[in-house]
Amino acid sequence: MTESSHDENIELMTYAEVVDVKGFVGNFDVTIRKKPRYVDMTKCTGCGLCTEKCPTKVLSEWNLDMGMRKSIYKPFGQAVPNVPVIDTEHCLFFTKGRCKICQKLCPAGAVDYEQKEELVTKKFGAIIVATGFTQFDPSVYGEYGAGKFKDVITGLHLERMLDTSGPTGGHVVRPSDQREPKNIVFIQCVGSRDESKGRPYCSRICCMYTAKQAILLKDHYPETQSYIFYIDIRAAGKNYEEFVKRAQREYGAIYIRGRVSKIYEKGNKLIVRGVDTLAGRQVEVEADLVVLATAVVPQPDAIELAKILNIPYDQYGFYSEAHPKLQPVESVTKGIFLTGSCQFPKDIPDSVATTGAASVRACEILSKDELILDPKVAFVNSDICSGCLNCVEVCPFNAIESTRVNGKTVAQVIPTLCHGCGNCASTCRTSAANVQGFTDDQIYAQVASVFEILKKENLLELSE
Amino acid sequence: MQVGYYPGCSLESSAKEFDLSIRAILQEMKISLKDIPDWNCCGASPAHYLNEELAMALPYRNLVKAEEAGLDQVISPCPACYSHLKHVHEEVLKQTHLADRLGAIVGKKYGGGIVSKHLLDFIKQDIGFDRLKSSLKAPLSRLKVVSYYGCLTRLPGVHIDDMENPTLMDEVVNAMGGEALEWSHKTECCGASLSVSRTEIALRLVNSILEAAQDKSADCIAVVCPLCQSNLDTRQGDIHKHYGKNYGIPILYLSQLIGLAQKLEYSQLGLDRLVIPPKNLLIEKGILEK
Amino acid sequence: MSYLNSQDIHQFRNRILSISGEDASKCIQCGKCTAGCPISPEMDVQPNQILRLIQVNDPDTLLRCSTIWICASCQTCSVRCPEEIDIAKIMDSIRKLALEAKGPLGEENVVKFDEIFLDSIRKRGRVHELELVMKYNLALRRPFKDAQLGPVMFARGKLGFLGHKIKELGKIKEIFQNSKRLLKP
Repeated sequence: MTESSHDENIELMTYAEVVDVKGFVGNFDVTIRKKPRYVDMTKCTGCGLCTEKCPTKVLSEWNLDMGMRKSIYKPFGQAVPNVPVIDTEHCLFFTKGRCKICQKLCPAGAVDYEQKEELVTKKFGAIIVATGFTQFDPSVYGEYGAGKFKDVITGLHLERMLDTSGPTGGHVVRPSDQREPKNIVFIQCVGSRDESKGRPYCSRICCMYTAKQAILLKDHYPETQSYIFYIDIRAAGKNYEEFVKRAQREYGAIYIRGRVSKIYEKGNKLIVRGVDTLAGRQVEVEADLVVLATAVVPQPDAIELAKILNIPYDQYGFYSEAHPKLQPVESVTKGIFLTGSCQFPKDIPDSVATTGAASVRACEILSKDELILDPKVAFVNSDICSGCLNCVEVCPFNAIESTRVNGKTVAQVIPTLCHGCGNCASTCRTSAANVQGFTDDQIYAQVASVFEILKKENLLELSE
Repeated sequence: MQVGYYPGCSLESSAKEFDLSIRAILQEMKISLKDIPDWNCCGASPAHYLNEELAMALPYRNLVKAEEAGLDQVISPCPACYSHLKHVHEEVLKQTHLADRLGAIVGKKYGGGIVSKHLLDFIKQDIGFDRLKSSLKAPLSRLKVVSYYGCLTRLPGVHIDDMENPTLMDEVVNAMGGEALEWSHKTECCGASLSVSRTEIALRLVNSILEAAQDKSADCIAVVCPLCQSNLDTRQGDIHKHYGKNYGIPILYLSQLIGLAQKLEYSQLGLDRLVIPPKNLLIEKGILEK
Repeated sequence: MSYLNSQDIHQFRNRILSISGEDASKCIQCGKCTAGCPISPEMDVQPNQILRLIQVNDPDTLLRCSTIWICASCQTCSVRCPEEIDIAKIMDSIRKLALEAKGPLGEENVVKFDEIFLDSIRKRGRVHELELVMKYNLALRRPFKDAQLGPVMFARGKLGFLGHKIKELGKIKEIFQNSKRLLKP
């Protein structure tokens, strides 16, 4: 990340969001809102004194509310750029007009409460979307007690605890009493492979990260015992199957095939009631900590962004690829590419691979002055066009715009965006819009000649 | 206010106290009950185990009789009865060929006009907590109650509360001045109809439930089902024989608790019919005078 | 040894589908049903295995098992199944098929209890609990089972000696006569 912030060909805009995209492939006009940090990036040295002295503590989102951060803060240690941001919802100055300690103490005079947001519009030839994923909220499973029982956590919570720079300094403890757990139960597929309360798909990454977590736990805490409830183990990558076997053979993880039906508290322990379908019986495990491997879901604002970018998405909010097999990194909208889990759950090697692919496809556009298109695109005869602009409404690709020709408003197709679907042609009442090679006249002529042949051969049955 | 009433078979005998206490508390709130005339057994479990059409025809006849009597709402205290009435009602509205078939078996068509209620949703939707609270004469002085729902919230046709974490009974207990405790066995099965034919299974399940209640130091368990009450109450002696545990936890119907908070008579609420006697507990908690 | 390809593998799955509307082929054997079943410890065939045996067309085991009769219909399996299969409903369907098949039943006693229960309804319009328990105990030749409960139940007025007969008994008998075991046979 640091390298990319220093590369002369990359302009890194952090704490910024895309608010509008106009134009088309090769000629996108993108409006970006740069949100105010209230810290001047050109002056800040990243010394961290402001954060150290800030009096307000807030639950840390990065640490999934397991620890605190300050109102002037960097989300995590290795954040790029090494410049903090002020959380105006909790900062004493912004909420109550008091404090200002950070400004008083900053040796570089970088704190600027007057900073305003900036809207910039720039031209881009291609767009790559890599907005990633978030976790499914397991509290819909009342039977698991997630959100109710303190010691039922998610895999991501465990990751934060395992991180030495995390909220517990790398110590895995039970959130309820901060004691070290002895028996840990992992439950796979929470929210995945579920047509009832969750998502029907497999989230791909959980079998592997759970095996990793079981290995790390045993490595750091040899006295622990992990139990992993699974339905199937998906370990299809290079060395993945061997990795899972290691977790079982060398790190003593017990894999139990079957879902868990209920978790309840007994004393200060959690009773996990599941099943061992291979042994053919119900089982109960007394756990100190339960870790749920939750489903991968798109970001909460994924659909909002899709509408700004004008790219289609599926019923879960994952962005749609142009072709599931042959065009996995291209969105349906030309010039916009997809990589990583915003398209569908991916592990690290796949994310890296699709990013390379998307980058090359983007370079393809940037390296040319002209693009070669499929000739089967629509066009509008402006002489006949009545300017009703119905075609603009029905075009799924936003490939038609209104323009003025000879003093009248008419529709005009943007050939680079057009997919030749013919919606405009079938909608157009004056037959002004047509797809090249498939105009109304051409089709009528084809149909008429077919009828001629049928009539000649006496194959035509006309009803009265 | 008059509402229809479908007691069901057990409320006439082994669960008489449920019937008595419901009638008493509703009367106290000026709600009069009109029994469905000449009602028949809903079929309980045996009907749907052995005969599909019978299982629907028996509740269907009750719906027909209720309509004939000019009723529109019917309170059905037993969860199984409630589920059967509601489920058949929903199914015949969805499938006309089923409605025709049942109409032919029973000999009369049901018009679809009966709204079945359980005590819990009747309290929530029709009485309301405010009216309930205003009918109270004395709070239940922090009686520690665990609410046992059994399978009520999961039954076909029943949509009255969250299936995994219901809270309606707890809300009523708290409104009564009692202390509703959270516990692990809110919706665990009690063994229901297996109580007679496979008693040892019911005992195992009842033991887990009582143990979980004891773990929370509950004073008593509140129930809304005659079968649950029977299993948890009458079988505590057998539990002692099989598991050596002497729980002695009184099992009260929610309606009895409400009646106590309304200061109604002990025998009027059928409290003298409980096998594990609640008298000492209630005196200790100041709910009853010596 | 079961030869999977010696018969139409979908036959029993289709039968269950047509009777109950539930499709056993949706089941991926996650086992959540068995995991949550309160009666699992006493069952000879676990709930997920019931689904499995339907998938691989083994009506013999299914119609004879004890599981379908001791299932308490608590609906825990049905409400938690991730594929939204109503397993409790499937249990109901297999029960009726078992009775239709007229072979040996996995729990003759439980069926006996249910039959005496229904008989009580047929004769009275309602079930007479005392009569039910007494007849059942006699049928099983265990006249003193639960007898220790007698005195305390009597003392608490729970015994209901008399029982009730509804007026339209003729109607009830008709209902029993007209009802077919399976709606869609």
